[in-house]
Amino acid sequence: MAYSFPEEVLEHVFSFLHSDRDRNAVSLVCKSWYEIDRWSRRRVFIGNCYAISPRAVIRRFPEVRSIKIKGKPHFADFNLVPDGWGGYVFPWITAMASSYPWLEEIHLKRMVVTNACLELIAKSFKNFRVLVLSTCEGFSTDGLASIAANCRNLRELDLRDSEVDDLSGHWLSHFPDSYTSLVSLNISCLGSEVSFSALERLVSRCPNLRSLSLNQAVPIDRIACLLRQAPQLIELGTGAYNAELRPDVFSSLSGAFSCLKELRSLSGFWDAVPAYIPAVYSVCSGITSLNLSYTTMQNPDLTKLVSQCPNLQQLWVLDYIEDCGLEAVAASCKDLRELRVFPSDPYEEDEFDIALTERGLVSVSEGCTNLQSVLYFCHQMSNAALISIAQNRPNLTRFRLCIIEPRSPDYLTLQPLDAGFGAIVEHCKGLRRLSLSGLLTDRVFEYIGTHAKKLEMLSVAFAGESDLGLHLVLSGCESLRKLEIRDCPFGDKALLANAEKLETMRSLWMSSCSVSFGACKLLCRRMPRLNVEVIDETSEVAESRPESFTVQKLYIYRSVAGPRLDMPDYVLSMEEESPDLIG
Amino acid sequence: MDRGLGLEITELRLGLPGATAVVVEKSEKKRAFSELTDERKAAATAAPRAKSQVVGWPPVCSYRRKNPAAAEYSKNRCVKVSMDGAICLRKIDLSLQEGYSELAVAVKKLFGCDALGEGLKDEEKGEYNKLIYEDKDGDWMLVGDVPWEMFIESCKRLRIMKRSEIKDLGLPKERDFLRGAFQLKD
Repeated sequence: MAYSFPEEVLEHVFSFLHSDRDRNAVSLVCKSWYEIDRWSRRRVFIGNCYAISPRAVIRRFPEVRSIKIKGKPHFADFNLVPDGWGGYVFPWITAMASSYPWLEEIHLKRMVVTNACLELIAKSFKNFRVLVLSTCEGFSTDGLASIAANCRNLRELDLRDSEVDDLSGHWLSHFPDSYTSLVSLNISCLGSEVSFSALERLVSRCPNLRSLSLNQAVPIDRIACLLRQAPQLIELGTGAYNAELRPDVFSSLSGAFSCLKELRSLSGFWDAVPAYIPAVYSVCSGITSLNLSYTTMQNPDLTKLVSQCPNLQQLWVLDYIEDCGLEAVAASCKDLRELRVFPSDPYEEDEFDIALTERGLVSVSEGCTNLQSVLYFCHQMSNAALISIAQNRPNLTRFRLCIIEPRSPDYLTLQPLDAGFGAIVEHCKGLRRLSLSGLLTDRVFEYIGTHAKKLEMLSVAFAGESDLGLHLVLSGCESLRKLEIRDCPFGDKALLANAEKLETMRSLWMSSCSVSFGACKLLCRRMPRLNVEVIDETSEVAESRPESFTVQKLYIYRSVAGPRLDMPDYVLSMEEESPDLIG
Repeated sequence: MDRGLGLEITELRLGLPGATAVVVEKSEKKRAFSELTDERKAAATAAPRAKSQVVGWPPVCSYRRKNPAAAEYSKNRCVKVSMDGAICLRKIDLSLQEGYSELAVAVKKLFGCDALGEGLKDEEKGEYNKLIYEDKDGDWMLVGDVPWEMFIESCKRLRIMKRSEIKDLGLPKERDFLRGAFQLKD
């Protein structure tokens, strides 16, 4: 007879497992462990809101306190997913309202959230603490007013990058005077001016406030007054950092910043005026995260600021930093772990504007030994540079390179960049995320399929020559979960040959490729647990499409919930298109 | 196999079936970053660039691209300034200048102090460089002719041009270079 630990002991042991994968593994050991995990799971992550129904989640995990759900595919960020596609969170909120009365946290990404959802959240969860809406849309400031007015225990309200119907700033005044538990507030995406006195009173009565990201409407001469009320801040996003230089404002600001002894993260700085930047110098030595990706400040002021932060771990910046600035970063910011360089002017291609090239990235890869994560937009790249980067930084886990002109070759040799990216996947054995760009043949996919064994997410655009490319990735990348492809000559053969693989992944997106309608139907018939959705914005009726019709956009994802019921007209589920046929 | 730039195979129609819209591909060219020829300079500034009309590319998030609040709360009037012979563009905020003389000082500070290309004054030939701007209609005009407020409203970008090049560019509006011309002097 086997003796086992009492349930309480096992539950306590399981509480030390923080990753979902570990908890999932534990639940597979035996029935009793499955049950114990089931009842004690407090956090759930739903990577695709259509992969499972809310009821099924609630049935399995009845005592959840924190849920994170993602909706639209990643390419929705670049306007490739038409409006009305889906990602509605309302069914989840209604289901949880009745089943999770003790829910504390909701984190949503790329979902449609209505005011009705927010009102329901405000009413249903008495101990509600955290609301994070990342790149969401569908609600207005009225919905925020409900949250402010009703969530007595709210700790965190983070609207990062969401698209909010901004009717007025009045919603902030709905936080009652008795409300003092705010820890984190991010309203940087809002356009309207909130009542400054309401904001000031809120900040002053919340002693645990640690993170405050203001919106552009908060002028620079008001920041000092807020900061004085919250010297315990760890993260600060300024509002517009722009005004004519006034010595009194400057010294007030400078004094206020010098009181922020625990500040670690700075962002905001819209339209920053160099004259006011020295006001933050006193905090620079402690800064670990700096987001200057909205500021139009240039060199030398930009580089001067960044070089004053020796403990910087995360830097987001526009290409105004230039190669010289990145060289300075490589020399001063020895603990840099993440670098993101965004294009200041992505659509205007000026031949003169080459102050940021591959050299900047190479410098950082040489000088910053802890560099793990890169997102880099530039106009030129060479295989030699990529090989250098790969050899310098085998510890890279995320590498996203966007050479702005599609299909740009190695600018020195005019060759494809296969060898360069090949070096990246060969040397960086822990690489989990990769985005390709530039001129690429099927060869690069051979390298990826051969070496990128830990790769979980791959983004491909304007690359490859034939189905072989797609086949090499699908058959070789063992850890692949998300694949998104646009404008590549990949078609039916590779997809059908690797149908089973698709069920091991979260999702596949293909747009402007060469997949036929017939292949989509075939795939759907063969793989019942895949949802195969074709997005087609032409006005033709479905039945009239021939098998050979090339689909515009294709989104395939595994699901135990069957085809979804909320598709707009232009999304066709292949499930409907392919009933069982004889012969 | 032709490993050159034979991209015909990969040319995909980005439009809907039957639609005629296609990607306007820029001609393949080697990016030469040494001194640009006069011809290219003239071409670059005179003709509007044929841009690729590709949806969702480059992959910059929509919240980074649009900045509606900025227009409301900031009177920012940043324009690019290029100088013939210099390899870098700079930007200047016109709303922070009070008038043409401040602008001259600011422009000189951006380019005169840097050791990029030639200085603002060509001492040997005794010539000055001219500051020109592209207005809302896409025309190139000499800086200094219109009232300052009108200028900052219509100026889209600035260029410091060698005097000898001005005739080549064929400014549509004839100007007397001595009268009313904006000159950058020491």
